[in-house]
Amino acid sequence: MDMKSLYLLIALSPLVGSVIAGLFGWAIGRRAAHVVTILGVAVSAVLSIGVLKGFLDGSTQVFNAPVYTWLTVGGFEFSVGFLVDSLTAMMLVVVTSVSLMVHIYTIGYMHEDPGYQRFFSYISLFTFSMLMLVMSNNFIQLFFGWEAVGLVSYLLIGFWFKRPTAIFANLKAFLVNRVGDFGFLLGIGLVLAYFGGSLNYSDVFAAAPALASKTIQIIPGVEWSLLTVTCILLFIGAMGKSAQFPLHVWLPDSMEGPTPISALIHAATMVTAGIFMVSRMSPLFEMSDTALNVVMVAGSITALFMGFLGVVQNDIKRVVAYSTLSQLGYMTVALGASAYSVAMFHVMTHAFFKALLFLGAGSVIMGMHHDQDMRNMGGLRKYMPITWITSLLGSLALIGTPFFSGFYSKDSIILAVESSNLSASGFAYFAVIAGVFVTAFYSFRMYFLVFHGKERWMENHAHHEHHGDHDDEEPSGDHHHGLGPNDKPHESPWVVTLPLALLAIPSVLIGFFAIHPLVGGEFFNGVIFTNLEAHPGLEAAMHHAHDAMAMGLHAFVTLPFWLAAAGVALAWFFYMKAPHIPAAIKQKFSGVHTLLENKYYMDELYFAVFAKGSRALGTFFWKVGDMLLIDGLLVNGSARLVGSVSRAVRKLQTGFIYSYAAVMIIGVLVLMTYWFKPLILR
Amino acid sequence: MLSLTHFLVLAGILFAISVLGIFLNRKNLIILLMAIELMLLAVNYNFIAFSHYLSDTAGQIFVFFILTVAAAESAIGLAILVVLFRKLDTINVEDLGSLKG
Amino acid sequence: MSFQAVVFYVLSLILIVAAFRVVTAKNPVHAALYLVLAFFTASGHWLLLQAEFLAIALVLVYVGAVMVLFLFVVMMLDINIEKLREGFWQHFPLAGTVALVMVAEMVLILSSPEANLAGFQAGPAVAADASNVRELGRQLYTVYLLPFEAAAVVLLVAMVAAIGITMRKRADSKYINPAEQVRVRRNDRVRMVQVQAVKPEADSASDINEQQA
Repeated sequence: MDMKSLYLLIALSPLVGSVIAGLFGWAIGRRAAHVVTILGVAVSAVLSIGVLKGFLDGSTQVFNAPVYTWLTVGGFEFSVGFLVDSLTAMMLVVVTSVSLMVHIYTIGYMHEDPGYQRFFSYISLFTFSMLMLVMSNNFIQLFFGWEAVGLVSYLLIGFWFKRPTAIFANLKAFLVNRVGDFGFLLGIGLVLAYFGGSLNYSDVFAAAPALASKTIQIIPGVEWSLLTVTCILLFIGAMGKSAQFPLHVWLPDSMEGPTPISALIHAATMVTAGIFMVSRMSPLFEMSDTALNVVMVAGSITALFMGFLGVVQNDIKRVVAYSTLSQLGYMTVALGASAYSVAMFHVMTHAFFKALLFLGAGSVIMGMHHDQDMRNMGGLRKYMPITWITSLLGSLALIGTPFFSGFYSKDSIILAVESSNLSASGFAYFAVIAGVFVTAFYSFRMYFLVFHGKERWMENHAHHEHHGDHDDEEPSGDHHHGLGPNDKPHESPWVVTLPLALLAIPSVLIGFFAIHPLVGGEFFNGVIFTNLEAHPGLEAAMHHAHDAMAMGLHAFVTLPFWLAAAGVALAWFFYMKAPHIPAAIKQKFSGVHTLLENKYYMDELYFAVFAKGSRALGTFFWKVGDMLLIDGLLVNGSARLVGSVSRAVRKLQTGFIYSYAAVMIIGVLVLMTYWFKPLILR
Repeated sequence: MLSLTHFLVLAGILFAISVLGIFLNRKNLIILLMAIELMLLAVNYNFIAFSHYLSDTAGQIFVFFILTVAAAESAIGLAILVVLFRKLDTINVEDLGSLKG
Repeated sequence: MSFQAVVFYVLSLILIVAAFRVVTAKNPVHAALYLVLAFFTASGHWLLLQAEFLAIALVLVYVGAVMVLFLFVVMMLDINIEKLREGFWQHFPLAGTVALVMVAEMVLILSSPEANLAGFQAGPAVAADASNVRELGRQLYTVYLLPFEAAAVVLLVAMVAAIGITMRKRADSKYINPAEQVRVRRNDRVRMVQVQAVKPEADSASDINEQQA
């Protein structure tokens, strides 16, 4: 089998599964639906691992060829093409393996759901879209994949379409992503307009160096660097998809969807598409320090301030969601520091441990009979041992415990930022260092609240009812069931715990083994371009990456480790030892708490400015544009014009023969005069 | 010596007088019909004059047909007039407004 | 000035005056009579133009038939002339202007060199015994046969239409429809009625007796 067929098979087999499960799910039943989709994704996963292996041992060459010409418009050819290099291969493995785990997990999680086949169809479709995104060799196909994953994300956030909150959340996700996509599309437009008229990556990258000093005028009189504008526009697209401040508001609400998709789409894969895209565009971003600064600032704000929000959440999934936002911020900071390979490395490790955490959270939610409020949990360690141990491993990886995967990627980011020479790197360094402490604190706050301490599900029913109408904090308030007075939490079935176990392995180990080739080695050579003279951020990370063992040992004397340890200790003290202290702090700093609880009032701000603004604009267009201009002036106006003209003309229509005769005779006279003008006026 | 112009100018004057008649007798249907007869006469003048000065009898044939049609027209016109008067007891054009919206 | 010219101008004067009186006469009867005069003078003009048949036909058809029809109708209808004459001169300025402009334009056109009417000269004089009627007849029954037939149809239709329009059903008409007579059935004429036989009662019997008495 040649490579082209192989790559086609990787991309299309999830699609086949999706189509079968989606269109014929009613006929083939639940079991066949999950068998066929899992089979499709499994084929992709196995082949992807083979491809990655080929790149690791150097036996596979970069594949870059068109597969199919989609359409030709004038001189532009829009084709479907595959670019498979080491970057793609890594993403292929991450996407397909996490997707496979989620597929298996879904069998247990969605066991009772009436939309079982639909769900499988959607997640397989998502896998296909994501594969198309990462495998594309041109901007158009990238945009197709970009929009397709957005669509599936929309469908899955609103999977329980009878919940008003879910519909609101998916609409919100869709609209916020539109903002980002608008920038992305403008960026693609600029690329098409200036970079040699081609949308193929290779052509664009080849044309880029010649345009380094080119400026364009968007506002007359103001010269902007073309590359900076292009990169910032492209990054706006990444901000929407990867939920960077200020376009992050959709991601926490996307937790309305079922937990498996929170793990797959909103933690592991889709939200990293922006990171992937910027890494892909590294030859462009490397040429614009301004764009890199923008990237870094957006990432730092996201990394730190979204972490704060995780501290006050009570919904278990929301804690993980804010953790995801914060981690995406880390990746973006890494991009800003020109450490693209580090960012991708973090994408990979994060995909595994965050998927693990989400699936663990889902397992907890199942055990609690779909109660997501952490205040009702506690002491679950005894009842759900596998979930407990895997979640602990995931949390340790997340906070950057030495030798865990998260440690390697996060410390590489911190190293890269520390030695970056961009003007924003000072702030970014502070943000990522502070973020370490915050991450450790909220992660272990969640861990202690859920798995240790008192078993609160017995006593907290009244409390819980009381909080049922807190809709923002508890999105599932009106329909989660919770445990009955005599129920006990129970461990989930093997289809749930197996993926947890399988994901725990890479969460712990992959950093140790992958850091050398990915960051220190030559895996991304020729794929990701870093100008080390101009942006030395990566060098420090590369230097440390050569010896993973030494790096892990060295960590015990560095600041991040002690910050993380302090965060864990503080969480233990607050939530195990002295639970009255957080309440007291909450009392004392109620202003700060309210600010955090309301997510810095971003939603309110957006609602007030954009929603109200667009409503006002809409009202304006409705009242002035539609009612006044179109209805009033054009529709009724033309009717009124016809009416008034008719009223005037009606006077001519006397109904008396003699008037017609008179008019006719005068008309004859006029015609005669006109025709014989040369004769008369000679 | 009589030229073609004499007859044509005479026909023009005749036509103008009928136009005047149509303007003046705007209420009286009978006089309107008579004015139309006069107009046709003016047209016939032209045909016959040209027929004479071109030595071609085709013009006279045309006048023959015009006379035929004019006769038919006045016969039907008068018939309508009679019926109108029988129904409405008037031939005043101003009273014939029942189709007016 | 030749004799023909004298005749032309005299007839023209009569024609114009007659035509003017046609459109201004108070009494429709007078108007009709002036129209007759106009036709007569026109007939004279046509004789000057050697269209003898048409001149005679004009007198016969128009003066003899059409004008009589006009007179007939005018006299038959009881018209309120006063009402019709209301505001008669009201539109005279406009009408006069239009008529004058029309005449002026026509004169200008006809007298212009471009019209080249001077080029039209009367053809060679025809022989004294040449028959205009024969010539027209020959043309009508050969070249213009089909239009001639069509004209005949037009006249027939006009006749039928004139009769059809004006005909009305008279209330005292003794008209019978033979078709209805033929189609008649027994049930149309005879109605069978079931009558209950009734015995005369006593008091009615006494009435009869009283009457007899």
